Amino acid sequence: MLTAEDKKLIQQMWGKLGGAEEEIGAEALTRMFCSYPPTKTYFPHFDLSPGSDQVRGHGKKVVAALSNAIKNLDNLSQALSELSNLHAYNLRVDPPRFSLQFLSQCLQVALATRLGKDYSPEVHSAVDKFMSAVASVLAEKYR
Amino acid sequence: MVHWSAEEKQLISGVWAKVSVEECGAEALARLLIVYPWTQRFFSDFGNLSSPTAIVGNPKVRAHGKKVLTSFGEAIENLDNLKGTYSRLSELHCDKLHVDPENFRLLGDMCPIVLAAHFTKDFTPACQATWQKLVGLVAHALARKYH
Repeated sequence: MLTAEDKKLIQQMWGKLGGAEEEIGAEALTRMFCSYPPTKTYFPHFDLSPGSDQVRGHGKKVVAALSNAIKNLDNLSQALSELSNLHAYNLRVDPPRFSLQFLSQCLQVALATRLGKDYSPEVHSAVDKFMSAVASVLAEKYR
Repeated sequence: MVHWSAEEKQLISGVWAKVSVEECGAEALARLLIVYPWTQRFFSDFGNLSSPTAIVGNPKVRAHGKKVLTSFGEAIENLDNLKGTYSRLSELHCDKLHVDPENFRLLGDMCPIVLAAHFTKDFTPACQATWQKLVGLVAHALARKYH
């Protein structure tokens, strides 16, 4: 469960990114495709080469959704409701627990490369819990 | 048999040469205990683990983190024989320590994050991919002798 302290740390951390959020989205996806090739199977229609516009565009979308979630930490279920439907009924990404775990890992690496030691163990813990909560919400309607 | 390309070996050794085994090991283990607090169950005799500050400053955590990462160094010297390198440790973790192998994956995942925070943008996607492969194989090797 996200504590008040976790929520504060997440919002502070996100605030420190100074506009780099969109780049981070693309970078997280690039890292994910690189480290976990099976995740590419969900994007056969994409050009996944380095610097691809489609990856940038999708990264931007992902980050926008996370930004919205971060503004609504007290009600993730509602904030992510549309996305939850999308993932359950259209995209049917293999158990979100599985694939989001890879995206979560890569997002965290991307954040750590930008924040350095500001990506402290406490921030790391809060973000990990947040991504886990996001994955749970996205999985709510799977069956 | 696992295959390592020349580029992968270079990405591993290049990073490893610049790593402080003690610092990184301590940090990776501390992060494991902080981010996944249930892992503290294996360290009940480590003393004060009551807060992130206590964990980060705990000398037993530092010492054990160093031990763990030192064994990583051995793996890096023996990339073509990870199974052999970890055979004894695998038996130990199963028979004496009773550690669920899932925890090796969790600790393994801490390493790229620690490296990313240290090396920032030098920890490229290719670098991360190689290290994710390495920690995955180490976790697998550690689980291999479980019965």
